Amino acid sequence: MQLTVGPNQFFWKADAWSDFYDQMATAPVERVVLGELVCSKRLPFYQDRIPGAIETLLEAGKEVAVTSLALVTLKRERKLTAELADAGVEVEVNDLTTLAYLPKDVPFSVGPLVNVYNEGTLGWLADRGATRICLPPELPLESVTALAAEGAARGVAIEVWGHGRLPLAISGRCYHARLHKRTKDNCQFACEDDPDGLSVRTLEDQPFLAMNGVQTLSDSCASMANQLEALEKAGVTALRLSPQTGDFARVCQAWRDRIDGTLDAAALSAELETLSGGMRLSDGFLTGARGADWSRAKEGEPA
Amino acid sequence: MVMEIVCPAGTPASLRAAVKAGAHTVYCGFADETNARNFPGLNFDRDEMREGVKFAHDHGAQVLVAINTYPRAGAEAIWHRAVADAEKCGVDAVILADVGLLAYAAKHHPGLRRHLSVQAAAANADMLNFYASEFGVKRVVLPRVLSVPEIAAINAETAVETEVFVFGGLCVMAEGRCSLSSYATGLSPNMNGVCSPASHVEYHDDHGALSAKLGGFTIHKVGADEPAPYPTLCKGCFSAGDASGHLFEDPVSLNAEKLIPQLAKAGVTALKIEGRQRSRSYVAQVVRNFRAAVEAQAAGRPMPEGMLAQLTEGQAATAGAYKKIWR
Repeated sequence: MQLTVGPNQFFWKADAWSDFYDQMATAPVERVVLGELVCSKRLPFYQDRIPGAIETLLEAGKEVAVTSLALVTLKRERKLTAELADAGVEVEVNDLTTLAYLPKDVPFSVGPLVNVYNEGTLGWLADRGATRICLPPELPLESVTALAAEGAARGVAIEVWGHGRLPLAISGRCYHARLHKRTKDNCQFACEDDPDGLSVRTLEDQPFLAMNGVQTLSDSCASMANQLEALEKAGVTALRLSPQTGDFARVCQAWRDRIDGTLDAAALSAELETLSGGMRLSDGFLTGARGADWSRAKEGEPA
Repeated sequence: MVMEIVCPAGTPASLRAAVKAGAHTVYCGFADETNARNFPGLNFDRDEMREGVKFAHDHGAQVLVAINTYPRAGAEAIWHRAVADAEKCGVDAVILADVGLLAYAAKHHPGLRRHLSVQAAAANADMLNFYASEFGVKRVVLPRVLSVPEIAAINAETAVETEVFVFGGLCVMAEGRCSLSSYATGLSPNMNGVCSPASHVEYHDDHGALSAKLGGFTIHKVGADEPAPYPTLCKGCFSAGDASGHLFEDPVSLNAEKLIPQLAKAGVTALKIEGRQRSRSYVAQVVRNFRAAVEAQAAGRPMPEGMLAQLTEGQAATAGAYKKIWR
C-alpha cells in the first residue's frame, strides 16, 4: 500500500506552507499532490513557492502532482486551470473542466472531488488518459472493491481517502465570509484564522461539520486505520493522507508503521487521536450506517 | 422568443396538470434510484411514462426524463435500462449527470437528445463546450452558484442551450458535489437520489422546545408554539466560533421571477421550476404564473408583480446566487 499526501485544503501562511513541503520531502510517503484546491483567492499568497516545493520533492524522489481547483467558474480560474500543465508535473483533476485544457495524449490523475462512482466513468477516464484515481470518500466498500478490480483491469491505480477531515461539499458561497457578515468578494481572508477549518457544532453542542471558506468538511477526521486489510484485499493501491497542522510527518510515519505491520489498528488510532488534538475518528462511509460513524466506537459514543 | 418553462411532475396527475396549465416542457423520473427525487410514492413506471409522453405530445408539450443519479458500481445496467426505456417511451430528451452514463447514451442511443443535469455542476463555458463535444450534449442545466452576469458570459461563449432554476428548493452547495446528507444519514443525492431523507428525521420534545434531528444530529430547535421546519441539513441552525444561526443558508426557497427579463437578456433558453415532490395544484399554479410572466416578457409588457408570494408563504424567498452579493 502506497501513501499519497493530498493537497492542503486549508489556507496557511506561506512560510508554514513551505515548511510543510520541506517536511514532506523526508516523510515516508510515495506521492505528494500540492497546489490550491479550494479557493483561487488564496493562491497569490503562496503561488511563487510552488515551483521550489515541486523541485525539493522531486529531488527527494517523490512522485509529484499539482491539483486543479475543485470548482472553476471565473475567467481567471479558467486561465489558471489551463496553465496547470505548464507546471511540468502531472495534473490531478478535481474539476472535470481541467480535461477541456489537457491535450488528449497527456496522462493525468483524478482527485476525490470528481464523481467516479462506477466502471463506466472509470473506463471513460482511463481511455482519456487517467492513470490514477482517488475515489470519492462517500463510496462504500462494495463500490471500492468493484472499482479497484476495474482499475486493475484498466491499468489505473486506485486510491482511497485514508486520513483527514472529509471534503463534503463545495459552494459558490463563502461560509467563513458569511460568518463574519462579509461577502465572498470582501472576505478579508477570514479562513486564514482556522488552519484546520472551523468546527461547526449542533445546537446541542455536538461536533458535526467544519467550514473552510467555500468548502464544508466533516468535523471528524476520517481514518482507514481499521480498514487497511479490507482495502488491501480489495486491491486498493494507495491511501490519501490529507494535510493538517501539527506534526504531519509523524502522522505519515504512523501510517507507514501500520502498513509495515509494526503498529496495529488500535495503536494507530490512539496515535492519530493524539496527533490530531483529540479529533474524533470516522470511517462510516466505507462500512458504517452513515459517514460520521466510527467502526471502533466505544459504548456511549456515536457509533 | 418566449422562454421555455420546464416544470416538475412527480406523478402522472401532476404531468397532466402542468401541461394543462401551460407548461412547454415537463420533466419527470422513473420510480427508482436512477433519479434525484427518489421519494416514496413519487415518479413513473414505464407504462405511466409512455402514457404521460403521449398526453404531453398530444397537447404540444415535451417530456424530459431525469436519470441523474450516479450509477452504482456493479449495477450500471439499471441506469442503462432507464435510458433505453426512456427512448422507447418516446421522451424528448434525457437529463444525465454521470460521465460514464453520458458516454453510454451517446454510443448506444445516439438519436436520443441529451441534456446535462444540474447534478454535474458544469459552471463555466469551457465545461459546457466540453460536454457538447465529448457527449453531444445539447442543453446544460446550470448549477445554482452563478450570478446573472456570469450566466450571460457563459452564453456568449457557447452554442449549448442553458436552462436555469427560477423557483422552488435551493441547493446552496454545488449540486452533485455534496455528501453532507450521507455523512449524517448514509443516503445521498448522488448515490440514492435523496437529500436529508424523511426516513432519518426525528422530532423530539425537549423541555418545551421541539428539536428536529437528522441521522441523530440536531438540525433545528424551535419553541413549542413555533412551526417546526423540515431539517434540511444545509438550512439548519448550528454554531461556530462565537456565532450561532443559519451558518450555511436561511430556510429560504428560490424565487427569481423578477429576474426573468435579465435572464432572457443573458441568453437563457429555459426556466426550470423545482419540485417534483410538490402537489399538482402547486405545480399548476406556479406554471400558470411563470407562463404568464414569460409571455409578458416576450411581448415587452411589464412583469406581473409578486405573483407567487402565497406559494412561498411561511418561507422567505431569495434570488440566490443570481445576485452576486449572495456569496
